[in-house]
Amino acid sequence: MIQIQNLHKQFGANRVLTGLDLDISGGGIFAVLGPNGSGKTTLIKCLLGMVVPNEGIIRIDGKEIKGRWKYRQDINYLPQIANFPGNLTVKELFHMIKDLRQKAGDAGELITLFQLQPFLEKKLGTLSGGTKQKVNLVLAFMFNSPLLVLDEPTTGLDPASVIRLKGLIARERQKGTTILITSHIMQFVEEVADEIIYLLEGRIYFKGGIKALKTKTKQNDFEHAIAAIATSQDHG
Amino acid sequence: MGKILKYSFFDLMRSRWSYVYFLFYLALGFVLLFLNNDVAKAVITLMNVIIVLVPLIGTIFGIMYFYNSREFTELLLAQPIRRSSIFLGQYLGVTGSLTLSLVMGLGIPFVLYGLLRSGAIWDFGLLLLTGAFLTAIFSALSFNIALKHENKIKGFGYAVLLWLFMAVIYDGIFLLSLIVFEEYPLDSFSLVATMINPIDLSRILILLKLDISALLGYTGAIFKAFFGTGLGFLLSFSMLCCWTGIPVWLLVRNAKKKDF
Repeated sequence: MIQIQNLHKQFGANRVLTGLDLDISGGGIFAVLGPNGSGKTTLIKCLLGMVVPNEGIIRIDGKEIKGRWKYRQDINYLPQIANFPGNLTVKELFHMIKDLRQKAGDAGELITLFQLQPFLEKKLGTLSGGTKQKVNLVLAFMFNSPLLVLDEPTTGLDPASVIRLKGLIARERQKGTTILITSHIMQFVEEVADEIIYLLEGRIYFKGGIKALKTKTKQNDFEHAIAAIATSQDHG
Repeated sequence: MGKILKYSFFDLMRSRWSYVYFLFYLALGFVLLFLNNDVAKAVITLMNVIIVLVPLIGTIFGIMYFYNSREFTELLLAQPIRRSSIFLGQYLGVTGSLTLSLVMGLGIPFVLYGLLRSGAIWDFGLLLLTGAFLTAIFSALSFNIALKHENKIKGFGYAVLLWLFMAVIYDGIFLLSLIVFEEYPLDSFSLVATMINPIDLSRILILLKLDISALLGYTGAIFKAFFGTGLGFLLSFSMLCCWTGIPVWLLVRNAKKKDF
């Protein structure tokens, strides 16, 4: 599904990705983890073509994405910070994205699920952070695509909405969607993820199941296992 | 691209600033006609206003829109849309809505005053066309500046400085060099110097059309003598097209390399 070879990216003097290789065969939930500034968002943005890598090849479904844009038809993306054009109403935004993607999307069910009906006619600029995130989630889940990229999906959500989100993710997984998630909430990751991709200093430090990670770090608790990677690096 | 253009255009049409700009030109048109009491004379006065003001508004509007629509741009970048379509669509949306405000704002009072029956209709048409060109040129330049500078204050400063340079400082340097080098033949120098500033170029273009030798000044006189009206026209128009085309091309090129 996704093949990344020798990916390099630096912003000015700051080298974010340094020869990253990644192979994701498809289906299942992959959690992209790593300390702050380890390149998680940059990796995701490279995948979407929002950040142009300095070096390296990214292939999705066997085709290189460089210079192409149509492949984004098959990716749903949830950005980390939910910012929308403030002059539009929620309804207009849904309509606009449907129009731009030229794809049938089902927003109705998701709007009910996240109880967004009272906000449909409101302008996006006036919404609270959590409500914006719900709008963001509707946009990410309303289309059927084989690849779903969620950057910090739980930000700003109340517990009830997090439970609904987990339900949605589980449903997508059953459909066979490949889901990439970044999150700092380890409990959430432990619950949903099939595999962990741990980024450290611009490379993949670990890729595998949660059990393998616990064995590798000799920790019983997932959160401690993740922390152990970071601290062992600090000392080394 | 059409869809981006549509959404940008409607977004702008909904913003208060388009109306402020429109109402300003509406008021300007009525006041000028009231004071001059003659369509042809009003066109000349209008030229002086348009030549300076349209670039300024194009610059400020362009840079403000680019920075304000950053979120919209990021949302679009994740969609299956070509990058060049996103930026061209937004650019054309800005230019289109500004030009519409200009044409409507000035057109309404002049048409009401009997423009269609007067001989000044072609002069007026040319004035609006140059206004459209200047809008397109300066919004493209400001889009380029905004793309280069993440820092809004810096970008805004550079954009205003660019306008100040083109509208005021350039002429000062030009005049100074004419005085300093007055012993030398300056014909070709002043011709080239006029051609490479779109504001000067527009001024000459309109003056050539209006055929007012008194206002042509030194450069205009040379321009006219050198090219004759027909060729001078053609050349200035192709220069204005270059001035629009090159920044737009740069915008598309730089947008493709930019990280978001």
